[in-house]
Amino acid sequence: MLTYTIRRLLLSIPTLLFIAFVIFMLLELAPGDPMANMPLSIPPEIKQKMREALGLGEPWYVRFPLWLNQFFVVEPQYWIDNTFGTNFADGAQRIISFNSRSPVFDTISERLPQTVWVVAMSYVVGVLIALPIGIISAYRQYSVFDQAGTFVSMIGFSVPPFFSGVLLIVIFSVQLKWLPSIYDTTHVVNSWDSFVFQLRQMVMPVMVLALQTTAQVSRYMRASMLDNLGQDYVRTARAKGMSESVVVMKHVLRNSMIPVITVIALGIPSIFGGAIITEQIFKVNGLGQLLIISLQASDIPMVMTITFLLAVLIVLMNLIADILYGILDPRIRYD
Amino acid sequence: MTEQTAQTVPTASAEKQRNQWLDVWDQFKTHKGAVFGLFFLIFITLFCLAGPWIWNIDPGDLDIRNKDVRPIYTVIWDSNAKVSWARPMGTDNLGRDIMANIMQGGRISLAVGWTAMILAIVIGTAIGVTAGYFRRLDGLLMRFTDLVLALPLLPLLLVMMLLFRDPLRAAFGPEQGIFILIVTGIGITSWMQTARIVRGDVMALKEREFVLAARSIGTPARRMITRHLLPNVLSPIMVSATLGLATAIITESALSFLGLGFPSDFPTWGKILFDNVDRMTAFPERVIWPGLAISLTVLSVNYIGDGLRDALDPRIRGL
Repeated sequence: MLTYTIRRLLLSIPTLLFIAFVIFMLLELAPGDPMANMPLSIPPEIKQKMREALGLGEPWYVRFPLWLNQFFVVEPQYWIDNTFGTNFADGAQRIISFNSRSPVFDTISERLPQTVWVVAMSYVVGVLIALPIGIISAYRQYSVFDQAGTFVSMIGFSVPPFFSGVLLIVIFSVQLKWLPSIYDTTHVVNSWDSFVFQLRQMVMPVMVLALQTTAQVSRYMRASMLDNLGQDYVRTARAKGMSESVVVMKHVLRNSMIPVITVIALGIPSIFGGAIITEQIFKVNGLGQLLIISLQASDIPMVMTITFLLAVLIVLMNLIADILYGILDPRIRYD
Repeated sequence: MTEQTAQTVPTASAEKQRNQWLDVWDQFKTHKGAVFGLFFLIFITLFCLAGPWIWNIDPGDLDIRNKDVRPIYTVIWDSNAKVSWARPMGTDNLGRDIMANIMQGGRISLAVGWTAMILAIVIGTAIGVTAGYFRRLDGLLMRFTDLVLALPLLPLLLVMMLLFRDPLRAAFGPEQGIFILIVTGIGITSWMQTARIVRGDVMALKEREFVLAARSIGTPARRMITRHLLPNVLSPIMVSATLGLATAIITESALSFLGLGFPSDFPTWGKILFDNVDRMTAFPERVIWPGLAISLTVLSVNYIGDGLRDALDPRIRGL
């Protein structure tokens, strides 16, 4: 298992390099100009100097390794310096945003908590709702509950988040006036009332994202439970006289969870993608909104870094899913 | 996989000529959701295609005197509302007729969905068949598929939209250019699942006797693929085509919703929704109608996919 993990880790390095190269070249080949928003009265030679100051003077085969060096070497050094008070980085050039002229990672670390809060909560809520639905749907296959569960997950697959979010706002903010429609990220939780307010403003974004998770995970859970309920060991367990709850909740559930856990791990990157849209609806100033703003301003370093971080997340989650599968299911042997 | 059971079983009923597709249709009809989905998809397609002939109001026509007309049903709870029988779904803040806009938007959304889906299916099938049939290319192509799957697709699609919008617009005109860009973008970011499924099925088919028999009489690779392999992988391709249509419609609307889709005087369902989000407090119907159109279309396509999967599976068919 350890050798497999190490091999996969080593294999993910060329994957990440390739992804970084694709994103870099896409941004490089694209005709969008970061100087497009500058006043037209600037003379061309000064414009050229400004381009060089942004680091755009060199050809791509110089800038790509430079970016890699900044991302993988310089930025971790700064991070270590900030945490332990050392001085590894020694004033090296960080990745600087074209727009704010501040290091990209400073802005990202400001925006990250909002996104992670909403995304993590919605994922946890979504999975917690999905698991019981999946279990009951499979145990009572073709019952009314199962039909309803199928219908709800179909809706979860079909209703795009920008419509479910807008619909929730129309119903709960506009008509009923129960919940705020805008997520206030400056809100500080320091008392019971502020905590309740935080909960109320999180309900809608979390539910919109959770609906998607629930739809997917409950389908997998149901299919996996159905596979296992027909197995011989279930009959054996019942024949031994185990109570129905022990059979279902212990024997079947534990075996059915194996593929579901990998699905849960693989779904994490996609929910970050879904957060891009949700943040736009509820006006959360998280990573997704930062990405959209930077895109519109042709802030190439910012776009590159956020997109690449998402790619790292995808590769990492694929790796974790594969390794978890091997650990949880002793029949799977990679070596 | 599907062929053999399909052709031996139904000949027993001798009253009329049976073929595989009639069986599939019979099985498909038993899936209530799928039949409903098919009817709705036909309805919405006709509504968008034939609707403008009957409801011949120009969707871009600015009738500023009749702006902000509420839909006709608003009268039921608010007798003072500004309604008009000439505008059954109301008008927007510039006096454009919402029903005409939804018809026009639906044309674009459906056209983008179908074209992008066909593009994705063609790419996915080509790569899947090549990888499954030619062992030498298998490793390379599947590594490539894995790499593309590891790309963060939505952000990349957004980057593509933003960066290639202007040159394509200049080359093909504002509407044609964006259409090509969106269709290509969605097509080249959603072929991977199809490729994987097709490759797996082709690899399984390659070990079958009929392929061996065909090879023993010297069938060339080209005819092997078109005559023997492609017809047998048609069912998984059809199922992933329905899923592809659903995702393509959603992705296009999501791009429009993020403000990176078609230009503003060029309605699609996602665009109408996006344009009216700011006014949804006073006029909720303007976001609900296009949203419902997207959701119901995608829901019905998903149900059709579900029904097709059951109908094309010979283990379930004929029960």
